[in-house]
Amino acid sequence: MRKSTLVLALLATGLGALALEAGHGLVRAGRDGPAISRMAKMSADLGLTDIALFSEARFVRHLSQADLFSPFQDAPMSFEHFPTGSLASPPRRFGPTGGFASTIGKEGGS
Amino acid sequence: MKTWLARQRYLVDFTLAAALRRKGRNAMLLGVYALMIFILASVIFFGSALRREAAAALQGAPEVTVQNLVMGRHALAPPQWLDKLRHMRGARHVQGRLWGYFYDKATGANYTVMTPPADKPDYALKPGETIIGASIKRLRDGRNLGWLMLLSPSGKLFKLKIKRTLPETSELMSADLVLMARADFLRFFSLPEGAGFTDISMQVRNRNEVAKIVEKISRLLPTARVITRADILRTYENVFSWREGIVLAMLSAALVAFAIFAFDKASGLSAGERREIGILKALGWETSDILAMKFWEGALISLAAFIIGVAGAYAHVFFFDAGVLAPVLKGWSVLYPRIHLTPSVDRLQLVTLAFITIIPFTAATLVPIWKAAITDPDVVMR
Repeated sequence: MRKSTLVLALLATGLGALALEAGHGLVRAGRDGPAISRMAKMSADLGLTDIALFSEARFVRHLSQADLFSPFQDAPMSFEHFPTGSLASPPRRFGPTGGFASTIGKEGGS
Repeated sequence: MKTWLARQRYLVDFTLAAALRRKGRNAMLLGVYALMIFILASVIFFGSALRREAAAALQGAPEVTVQNLVMGRHALAPPQWLDKLRHMRGARHVQGRLWGYFYDKATGANYTVMTPPADKPDYALKPGETIIGASIKRLRDGRNLGWLMLLSPSGKLFKLKIKRTLPETSELMSADLVLMARADFLRFFSLPEGAGFTDISMQVRNRNEVAKIVEKISRLLPTARVITRADILRTYENVFSWREGIVLAMLSAALVAFAIFAFDKASGLSAGERREIGILKALGWETSDILAMKFWEGALISLAAFIIGVAGAYAHVFFFDAGVLAPVLKGWSVLYPRIHLTPSVDRLQLVTLAFITIIPFTAATLVPIWKAAITDPDVVMR
């Protein structure tokens, strides 16, 4: 067999595998749709506000509900104790460029 | 057309024969290249699927959440706030929520303890009963005895009958939840009746009025901190982008190393290769033939690496639940949801990945070859 035939056949097999994976994605998306809807309904029924991906500290368990100073309660510039805390982004408005200092009086420092 | 195709196939044959003469070098290049694409594509797939699932689940989050701040710290919201907010025009389903955190010394895990809303019969609980998340079930009731024992913060032992477990498919939202009746919750945390609520959630009749309602709440309750659903969604969008960014930043050193490695391999011509080009030219090959041959070499390697990397990344994230990336997200959490992500591929990101990997590499192989190919064969061979 010519080398080019073998290599092109291998590449075609690879592209076929990608196509199969794309098909798998579509099938799974269809199959998991009801489960995702059930999860959304459960969140709505219980009034859940955050995802339970990180539970090591309260300010990362409920990222949207935590106050600004929780991750830095030891000192404003201290190193974060929990790895997840270091990986969570600071709020968009935090810092002088984000307008945090100008809204602190108006919104109670939230 | 047929002649052109036949010509290209002969060029591919020739390229492969030349590549096989440098088996070790090319195999290593293909391996490193595919590994790089595998890692990048894994991050893209994982982030995109997680983002989509979280956004779908958070669509049901309360439209507005009101917290009480005392001395800049989160405090219980007084029960009177409920009446004030219920009388606000445009507000509906105003509910006081009771929830808190509990550190379980027995397992070292943190739970979110919550009382379910009174008007949801699916989650109705009698005192002494509990509904728990699937991760807690695995951690605390693996033998299926049907009881959850908790030592309350004040040192009292609580024995709760597990009424049911929340579905495993919703672990992303409920892994660490312990739902208990209001009376149990108050006793568990030693709270007096009428202590207030952790926060107050509400819906807004007209979604366009959310900003107005927030403004009214801030005026009515000056110590309140108001969080809207849009804030929540934005927070998670930020977090996922940030985490993806952190992973990519950690990988950036590896990426740069790969770029140098690939560029060196692709652009640096060995003396042997120069000689080869000289001989080909002396035999009558056109510059365009040599360029086409080298184009095939670059294209075949980068295409093969792309296919291997992307197919492997898909299998890694959606068949093996992202085993390599998960530790980055887990941190120190004892309780971690078992999530089987639903595939969601961001096509734009994938196309971008293809462009930033295949094209520069193929281009990098062509430039030095072109330089060598336009030189006089006699000079090149010397």
